[in-house]
Parts: sequence; C-alpha cells; structure tokens
Amino acid sequence: MNYVLFLPELLVAGLGLLLLVVHLLWRTQDGSRSFGYFTAAGLAAIALYAYFNLGVNQTTLEGTWVSDPLAAFFKLLFLLAGILVALSSISYLRVIKEYFTEYLMLVVFATLSMMLVVSAGDLISLYIGLEFMAICFCVLTCYLKTSPKSPEAALKYIVINAFSSAVLLYGFSLLFGLTGSVSITGITQALTASDPQPAVYLALVLVLAGFSFKTSLVPFHMWTPDVYEGAPTPITNFFAIGSKAAGFGLMIRVFLTVFSATAGTLVLLLAVLSFLTFTIGNLVALPQTNIKRFLAYASIGSAGYIIMGLVAGGRTGVEAILFYLMINVFSTFGAFGVASVFGSTVGTDEIADYAGLSKRSPFLALVMLLSTLSLAGVPGLAGFVAKFYVFLALVHKGFAWLALVGVVISIVSVFYFLRLAKVMYVYEASEKEPVRVDASMQLALAASMVVTVVFGVYPTPLVNLVGQVAQAFLP
Amino acid sequence: MTVVFWIAAALTVLAALTMVGVTNLVHSALALALSLLGIAVLFILLSADFLAAIQILIYVGAVVVLLVFGIMLIQRGDMKESNLPNRYVGVATLVVLVVVGLFSWLISTTDWQVSTAAPVPSTVEPIARLLFTRYIIPFEVAGLLLLAAVIGAIILAREVKSK
Repeated sequence: MNYVLFLPELLVAGLGLLLLVVHLLWRTQDGSRSFGYFTAAGLAAIALYAYFNLGVNQTTLEGTWVSDPLAAFFKLLFLLAGILVALSSISYLRVIKEYFTEYLMLVVFATLSMMLVVSAGDLISLYIGLEFMAICFCVLTCYLKTSPKSPEAALKYIVINAFSSAVLLYGFSLLFGLTGSVSITGITQALTASDPQPAVYLALVLVLAGFSFKTSLVPFHMWTPDVYEGAPTPITNFFAIGSKAAGFGLMIRVFLTVFSATAGTLVLLLAVLSFLTFTIGNLVALPQTNIKRFLAYASIGSAGYIIMGLVAGGRTGVEAILFYLMINVFSTFGAFGVASVFGSTVGTDEIADYAGLSKRSPFLALVMLLSTLSLAGVPGLAGFVAKFYVFLALVHKGFAWLALVGVVISIVSVFYFLRLAKVMYVYEASEKEPVRVDASMQLALAASMVVTVVFGVYPTPLVNLVGQVAQAFLP
Repeated sequence: MTVVFWIAAALTVLAALTMVGVTNLVHSALALALSLLGIAVLFILLSADFLAAIQILIYVGAVVVLLVFGIMLIQRGDMKESNLPNRYVGVATLVVLVVVGLFSWLISTTDWQVSTAAPVPSTVEPIARLLFTRYIIPFEVAGLLLLAAVIGAIILAREVKSK
C-alpha cells in the first residue's frame, strides 16, 4: 500500500484535528483571527504539494483509491476554494462570534470530504465521502443560530440531502445487482460487455437525479436559493465553488465510464437538464431583490453551462468542464465575497442597499463588477473563455442548437448583471459611510480578481493544464 | 424459505404503508419498527446474519427509540392528529403508483446477476477483514464523519448566550 498517494488527505485531516486540539489548549478567544490565517496557510502548503503531484496516476487499496490527474486537479480546486473560504471567514468573525475554531475545523473537514469524493474508486468510498460532506455543510449552514433563516436552511439541506442520497443509493444498489461489483472499473467492464438491460436505464436516471441534487440542476434546484440565503455567506460561497465542483467531478468520473454503454440516453437527458437549468436559473435571477438569492440563481444558471461539457462528452467536453469549474471558483468567490463583506459590515443583503457602493467602497464595487461580468461571460474576462470552450465543445459534437440557446440566455444574463452594476455605480447612496474591508478579505478578493483578469487575457497555462488532465483521464 | 420471504416482504411493505397512512405519529414510529424488522428477516434469508443483527440493534433499537423520544419532546396538541396527510395526498398516490409500476416493470424485465457461491457460515469475519483492508479509507472516514457530527451536535445544541 502506497501511503504517499493519500498524503494530501492525511495532511488535511491532520490540520483539522490540530485546529480542534490547539484551540482547547489555547483557552483564549483572541486567537480566532490567527487561527483563520493558520488554516489558510496550512491549506496553501498542501495545495502547493498537490500542485506538484498533479501527474501521479496510480490506484491503491484494490482500486478503491484513485490518484489520477483528474482527482488531483479537483483536489487542487477544493484546496484553493478552502483557502479563499478560510480567508473570507476571518472577516465574517463579527457575525459568527462563537466556536470559530470549530467552524474552521469543519471548513477543513468539508474540504477533506470533497477531496475524498473525487478520489473514490468505488461506490462505498464515494457514498461515505458524500455523507461526510453533507454533515460538514449542514453544521456550517446552521452556524448563525440567532438568525431564523440559518437553521431553516440547514433543515432544508439535511432533508433534501437525505432524500437525494436515498435516490442515489437506490441507483447504486441496482448497479451492484446488475454487475455484482461496487468498483467503478468493475461496473464499467460488466456493463460495457453486454447490451444494456432495462434496469441500467433506471439506475442511470436515479444516479443522475441524485447527482443533480448535489449540483442543483433544474428541476432538482429547489433547495439552493433557500440554503444559499440562510447559510453564513462564506459557506454559501463554499457551496457554490466547492460542493458544486465536487458534484461535477463525480459526474465526470461516473457518467463517462459506467454509463458509456447508454451514452445516447444519458446525453439526451443531460441536454434537457442543461437547457432547463441555464434558462430557468438565469431567468428567475432577474426579479430577485436579495443579493444572495440573486447570485444563487446565477450560480444555478452557470451549472447549466457546465453540464454542457458533459453533453459534449469526450476529451474536449471534460477540458471545458474543468476549465469552467476552475474559473468559477474565482469569479463566483468574488461575487459572494463582496456580498459577505457587505452583509457582515452593513448588515443587509438587499440589492437596493448596494446603491452607491462605488462611492462607499470603490474596491468592493469593482470586484463585484468584474466577477459578475465574468460570470455573465463578457469578453476579456475568464468567464468568457470558459463559456467559449463549453460552446465550442458543444458545436463540435453537433449540439449547435443548445449552444445557440445558451448564447442567447447568456446575453440576457449580461442585462441583469448590468442592472446590479447600475445600482452600484449610478444610484445615489442613502448612507455615505465607507464600507471597511479586512486585510484578509482584500487579499482573497484581489487574488481572485487577478486570476479572473489574467486567465481572461492569457488562458493558455490553464488550457494546457486541463488538456493534460483530460488526456490522462480519457487516453 | 419462499413462504418466509413472502411473509416478511408483505410485512415490510404493509408496515411501511401503515406508517405513512396512520394519523398518530407514535403509531407511525411503531409501524416503522415493524417494517425495519421485516427487512432484518429478509437479511437473514440472504444469509447476511451480521447485517440482520445490526439492522435490529441500530434501526429498530436505536433509531426508532430516538424517533419516539423526539416525538415525545416536541409533541404539542392532540397526538391522534399528529401525522395528518396534506392536500397533495391524491396526486402523491398517483405519482407513487406510476413510479412503482415503472420500477417493477423495468426491474422484472432485467436479467440479474445471481451469485452461485455458497453462503459463508459467519459473515462477521469477512466483513471485518474487508473493513480493515480494502475499505480502510471509508472506515476511517466514517470516524472523522462521526467526529464532525458530534462536534456539530454540541455546537448546535448549546443554548445561544444572551448578551
């Protein structure tokens, strides 16, 4: 057994446990801020290690643990998301107040759970990872005990998650019954060896529904706006950039292997889901008045574009998804990050209160403008390149109609993102008091905007990276 | 064997239907316990003795008891009307019937893999062996999961400090 293959996970688990123990020895409340920086630094060191081990391609423990470039890419993504969330949580301390170290520990464990999920080579490891993720996110969602919306969001999340897990498990049990194996490679071999049985389609639909809950695709998105609104904003951010990416990582790993024998049906279902998701997500975002609900629907909409990569399938499709997800981390983080600072200092999440933000904090207004324009796919920013790759992959596979509708809806989304820009830049502020931004948050927001702009102008390094990852996954 | 299977299967399904149908929440919990016992019998028929024991210990023993405690602690109003159907009962029945019909049709037209291996005399040892070799990571992760759940439960259950 090669322990080095799960060294990143061991380190992340160690970091989480260390936070728990050190906090008990510390016995003071003043250290919370430094614990936040410590968490971010620890995750950054592990991310650096993960970056230099992107090329490893091995399995261990009889195939239940897969260390391939695809898993490594997602681990890097989750670690980056974890760093950004830890940094943004420091500035959220004035809202959280109690049990901040435990909060950080749960953030680290949530990162760990997502890393486990993408490395799972069999359905049992995969399911345990998903449940671990759900527990961490559920507790984190409920952290604002004094706000009535936070426990409600946590309850909704836990109930919907239990339901989706049940659906997913039913699908898994059918796969096991059909093939007598729980390992992804074993199931793939057994299913591709013969013509698909009727129950394969049932398993396909159930597994797809289960994953669609996790990635909040329409019509499985009902929980998303409520949970995103009720959760502490850094956790909302983690949902949108981390947990969603984990769901897509699983979809890539399971759908492009296990269900390759029923690819026709799968692609058709995915195309319908994609169409519903980006149209409904973007159109329902229009009338929202709460920034978190607004960004939640925008994030649902972008899931519709990400899933297009799976519709296209093949190496180009995988490349497009990976690129989109990595860009999504930074652009979405910027938008929710501004909402987090604004919500915790000014104490409101209403879009109307963002009036005159350009005067109160030019930095926040600029970050919000850049990240929302990137999410909308305006040329010059990374979001445009991401959408371009997805549409290109689609047209390449003969789904020009879907790409065309996607472009049209994308233009509509520019309109509502510009409405937000108008509120921030044109409307007069009712209050003139400047909005203060913490150093940690300035660092996180500035870094994510630099990435968004640089990859918008010069995406080649990331394109090469996702190219190598996709090449290793689908040789 | 077959007779026992049909009795256990019928018991499981009927108890599950009773659980949804009755209007008293405590009766629902008891019906749930009965349904879970029926599943334990099915496990025994499949020579999964360890799973059957765990099913009774954890589900019938712990989960249902916790459920009853939960009902006792948060119950208010008349217990006889604590589990009333809502206005979607007609639509829900229709959807469930369609889904059950569709699933049964797909499942019954499929050739399933049937294991020809002889059942092992005791399943405890092979399960333990698998947990500490092939499934060591899920096993350890389950430990971390419980840690996160325990800490989460403590944080969420503690009262909010008043200023």
